[in-house]
Amino acid sequence: MTIIIDYDAGNLRSVQRACAEVDLPAAICADPDQLRHAQRVIFPGVGAAGSAMRSIVSRGLDEALAEVIESGIPVLGICLGLQISLDYSEENDTRTLGLIPGKVQRFDFDHAELKIPHMGWNEVRPVQAHPLLGDIEPGDEFYFVHSYFPVPAERQTVFAVSDYEHEFACAVGRDNYFATQFHPEKSGRVGLRLLQNFARWDGRC
Amino acid sequence: MLSKRLIACLDVRDGKLAKSVKFVDTQDIGDPVEKAREYYLDGLDELVFYDITASSDKRNIMLDVVEAVASEVFIPLSVGGGIRSVQDATSLRLAGAEKINLNSAAVLRPELISECADAIGNQNVVLSMDILRVPASVQIPSGYEIVINGGRTPMGIDALQWAIDGERLGAGELVVNSIDADGTKAGYELKLTAMISSAVRIPVIASGGAGKPEHLVDALTVGKADAALVASMVHFGEYKVSQLKQELHNRHIKMRMSW
Repeated sequence: MTIIIDYDAGNLRSVQRACAEVDLPAAICADPDQLRHAQRVIFPGVGAAGSAMRSIVSRGLDEALAEVIESGIPVLGICLGLQISLDYSEENDTRTLGLIPGKVQRFDFDHAELKIPHMGWNEVRPVQAHPLLGDIEPGDEFYFVHSYFPVPAERQTVFAVSDYEHEFACAVGRDNYFATQFHPEKSGRVGLRLLQNFARWDGRC
Repeated sequence: MLSKRLIACLDVRDGKLAKSVKFVDTQDIGDPVEKAREYYLDGLDELVFYDITASSDKRNIMLDVVEAVASEVFIPLSVGGGIRSVQDATSLRLAGAEKINLNSAAVLRPELISECADAIGNQNVVLSMDILRVPASVQIPSGYEIVINGGRTPMGIDALQWAIDGERLGAGELVVNSIDADGTKAGYELKLTAMISSAVRIPVIASGGAGKPEHLVDALTVGKADAALVASMVHFGEYKVSQLKQELHNRHIKMRMSW
């Protein structure tokens, strides 16, 4: 069973619908025990890091998530899911899950021309091969909505980058865990392709 | 680099598509789900549904439309029209809307913006502003006034101030809709759009008046808009979505060109 982790962080049904479109039936679930029995996990989320972490910890989902990642099954983080998988987020000064070394910083530009949030379609450039990015072609764009961006500490965890005033990591991963700052479920056919790759992924790089 | 967005707005009444001209005459133009899918496959970046259903007992039809579209169209979907409470907003979100557009109800009760932002996140709350050109005055120094009820009721609120207030209250994006330009096909209200876009840090969508590709180019350059909203230009087959994007791309506007 594929489980979409529910921790009160946004519209999970859009993720569920996109999964259905690529023949990946997925259940939305907030129960850590059920999560422990998943074969495949999606860790989505929009909203603020602080309240998200509180919700995850109070439900015991942090420990369950660490266990399933340890078990080697494929896990996909999306947007806030990616951000709180690092060690620390500037948003609400929050200590986060620490699955990937690094931190999350706010876009902070001096000139007013650039809008925050970084909202819309932007090019995603793979910097390392990964099964989930298999058929991404130059010029393929994905949909982003975020005001904070990930700064992984180790270069080998960065799989794709994008640009908004400066380059930033937009896909990170380690072993059977992979996460995107963009929203594959809102990114048209290229997004569905990534989800399809996830549906077929055995968790190995 | 972030692409500019092409957004199509579909007016829906009683579950069917309608195209309003200056908000007064409307005619039905077909099935919203079919149209949404057509645009999606043709490279549309974002879709807006505006519910213009008059009677409140038929409002739930919109939820079914959103649900059906969200199952087939995998780009951001925004829904507006008649949203008066957090409950309205969350129902639409649950049905599959990514963003919700607040308009009249936010003018009448600005806290609605903050309440919705708290409930569903700032980035999902779009403040849609209907704006009429008026002589500049002490009350309306910018010379642009906020109107509601489809442009019929002037509110004595300066549009520029309302945009700034909207951002402060928690809106994540603004739609600048010129009632003067809407339906004219003579081009967007560029001065208004640029003025508002320069005054806020959140993205601005230009709306009202698009008739040819040149108008979109202007909105996204001179008008400083982050996205251009079109309706009748594409609804009646005059232009295809992909054709408009190609034209913008040819004019060196950064657009998403593969889908």
